[in-house]
Amino acid sequence: MEKRGGMTAESGVPLAVRLKGIVKRFPGVVANDGVNLDVRRGEIHCLLGENGAGKTTLMRILYGLYQPDEGEILLHGKPVRLGSPKAALAHRIGMVHQHFHLVPTLSVEENIVLGLSEGTGPFLRFKRTRAKIRKLADEYGLQVDPSTKVWQLTVGQEQRVEILKALYRDADILIMDEPTSVLTPQEVDALFGTLRTLVSDGLTVIFITHKLDEVMEASHRVTVLRKGKAVATVNTAETSKEELARLMVGREVVFRVEKPPAELGDRVLRVENLHANNDRGLPALRGMSFDVYSGEILGIAGVSGNGQHELSEVLTGLRRATGGSAVLQRQDLTNCSAREIADLGVAHVPTERIRVGTVPTMSIRENLILKSYRTPDFCKWSILDEKAAYENACQAMKEYEISAPHDGTAAKNLSGGNIQRLVLARELCGCPGLVVAAHPTYGLDVGATEQVRRVLLDQRARGAGILLISEDLDEILQLSDRVLVIYEGEVMGIVDAKDAELETLGLMMAGTRQQEVSV
Amino acid sequence: MRMPSWIQVERRSSISPWTIFAISISAIVLALLLAGLLFRLFGVSPIRAYGDIIRGALGSKLGITETIRRMIPLLVIGVGLTVAFRALFWNIGAEGQLLVGTVAATGVALFSGIPEILMIPAMFIAGFAAGALWGMGPAYLKVKLGINDVITTLLLNYVAIALVEWLVYGPWKGPTQRGFAYTDRFSAAASLPVIAGTRIHWPTLAIGVFAAILLFVLVKRTRVGFEIRVVGENPDAAKYSGISQTKITLLAMMISGGLAGVAGVGEVAGIHHMLLSPEQISLGYGYTAIIVAWLARRNPLAAILTSFLFGVIMRGGDVIKVSLGLPFELVDVFNGVILFMLIGSELFIRYRVRIGARREVA
Repeated sequence: MEKRGGMTAESGVPLAVRLKGIVKRFPGVVANDGVNLDVRRGEIHCLLGENGAGKTTLMRILYGLYQPDEGEILLHGKPVRLGSPKAALAHRIGMVHQHFHLVPTLSVEENIVLGLSEGTGPFLRFKRTRAKIRKLADEYGLQVDPSTKVWQLTVGQEQRVEILKALYRDADILIMDEPTSVLTPQEVDALFGTLRTLVSDGLTVIFITHKLDEVMEASHRVTVLRKGKAVATVNTAETSKEELARLMVGREVVFRVEKPPAELGDRVLRVENLHANNDRGLPALRGMSFDVYSGEILGIAGVSGNGQHELSEVLTGLRRATGGSAVLQRQDLTNCSAREIADLGVAHVPTERIRVGTVPTMSIRENLILKSYRTPDFCKWSILDEKAAYENACQAMKEYEISAPHDGTAAKNLSGGNIQRLVLARELCGCPGLVVAAHPTYGLDVGATEQVRRVLLDQRARGAGILLISEDLDEILQLSDRVLVIYEGEVMGIVDAKDAELETLGLMMAGTRQQEVSV
Repeated sequence: MRMPSWIQVERRSSISPWTIFAISISAIVLALLLAGLLFRLFGVSPIRAYGDIIRGALGSKLGITETIRRMIPLLVIGVGLTVAFRALFWNIGAEGQLLVGTVAATGVALFSGIPEILMIPAMFIAGFAAGALWGMGPAYLKVKLGINDVITTLLLNYVAIALVEWLVYGPWKGPTQRGFAYTDRFSAAASLPVIAGTRIHWPTLAIGVFAAILLFVLVKRTRVGFEIRVVGENPDAAKYSGISQTKITLLAMMISGGLAGVAGVGEVAGIHHMLLSPEQISLGYGYTAIIVAWLARRNPLAAILTSFLFGVIMRGGDVIKVSLGLPFELVDVFNGVILFMLIGSELFIRYRVRIGARREVA
């Protein structure tokens, strides 16, 4: 269907970018699975998808950071090879990463010209560069003083510097990777203003996000990615948040899990009016209340960044609650230390299983006793019992099928699946009353995913209460008995997993309360 | 890092102790070759210089005992530093911790009036406590306020130097020393016994060897050692598993600073028998011990070997100063070159470097 000059068949609008059949594989994962993407010249095009849907990978391919295994990149109708960011820049593609790449001790203008070889000789010509920066800043509403040192800037100003950096290099296709995640609402408004001015001047903006409101507000068209595939491209004016939410989370069922009916026991956890802040000191949990019962899996569904991470941290003692309470059986665990909470029988499968859940340089044997090393089982008179640790490792490796040469293998040499098996083996060994599992199958292969799910169901059958946080709605629906939908740190509602409708969940994930949905 | 295609760099998944040993030895040999060039610049044959160093340090009974005398503070400090470095605390302040140890010991020796039989133990305890406190200050600032440990520990060295200078020129200047900037001499009860005919104050040496064994067991086999390793290897996992980074960092610095203080006690009570100006007490032992701990790859037992090696180098410096008329400061340059090579060799410990054509990956 290709027509001359990179025109789209339907509209006749020239295309800035066309990606055809992009495939990118990483060990154990297919990050992009035959993705097609058309971006028109002069539009703000959103790439929408859950974490791990392959948005960032796709854009890194366009920016020359990754090489695709298959597929073709066309810029303005011509096929190109982008072997490095330098090549991408030469094709006038700029990218503003989620985490900025600025040198704090240098000034704004020094950062902007960093790496450019303009003029001749070893001296920088700040008079000329400064004039150019001022002009760009005025034109696009990117006010920032060129002589200020970067460490003195706010996050929003740093982002402006990153945009100026790209514009200074004459980018006409600008990729923004989750640009709003670090901004205040006012800064978001200003950013959108800038982006609109840019596209009205003929630039093209590709905007990665998982926030539906932003898509609706800022973009002309949206491409939704799910599990490495582009599932749809729609005009923003002709879609709704609800449709996008549904496209984003999908409805295909990949695994069938045999699940006996829940045998509810006593209440394990009562959370009341819980408040907490995120890392930037802004409210992340705003008065959450819910219960978890013995023998059930309560799934926490929601678009990522709505307070799930903070919730798991508050419940496991890694983050302070600013209000409200969490009570385990009759024991108040609000703002207890991580150790006290673990000792009360709360297991934690952390989101970042490698960076947080293990010590990569230490052995499987030592990682398995990371929490129990000071109990009488493994420690007598302050001396660690190597034999007990060894026997524990042998048993855990057998029971959880951790495949490794031996118990002394360093955790960093294990595959993702085996690391998660190790974490589960350690966390579940004391028959915990409450299991907080955050993204337990994220990034795992099929076999490991199945095993992890089976293990969680075994714990449920044993009578543990399980809090399952996941962005994979299929997983939540298959494993959970009840589903709690979280939106901006508030409970939108709790529904029975059996009669949960994707439609309803999608609405709730987009910020509609359950009562309002059913009315 | 961009590399030509015929050099292949890949991350090692594991490494044997022998490979680490071989890499460390290569680093030292390379440093010796480089330092040899330096001797050349002074117009001295490197072979002659190294010959003199080896003969002077190991070729006679006097040489060996003087080497051991130099080794003692390096061992005691170096062993403590291995623990601080394990806990990921960059203690560059052992020099200052040593000096406050000398101050505390001198205070006890001259002014406490403690019964003679308790004098030596009291001096060691005071020296340990002073060094520990000097080291725990920066540790507290790091864990509570995130203040860079390298800077605070380093700058406190100068505070300690100024303190000692002020004391020996001012309030503690000894009336019996005829105007020299010394304190009065310690009594016999405040002096450490030495091996007859040498300057080896054996109690400090014994403490060093004992501490090396004890800390080796502590790090490898005990509950606290496990916590130190977890904090050092992955602070996030430590937080996750409920290990207090504050407690562990303070403990590691108590051990490290305390042992540096003990080394200071050894120097004033075993060698000088008085407090005198800082550059006469320590020839940069606190800094050289950093290399001792680093070369030992943070293994307290290996520090026995590496401190001996640097004892040889320091004694060698004494010898060539006399025999070849070279400045003692060459030893510092030499130490610097070794440290430089060791840090460079980290690359080869973490990565395997192959030279040859790129292998096709299936």
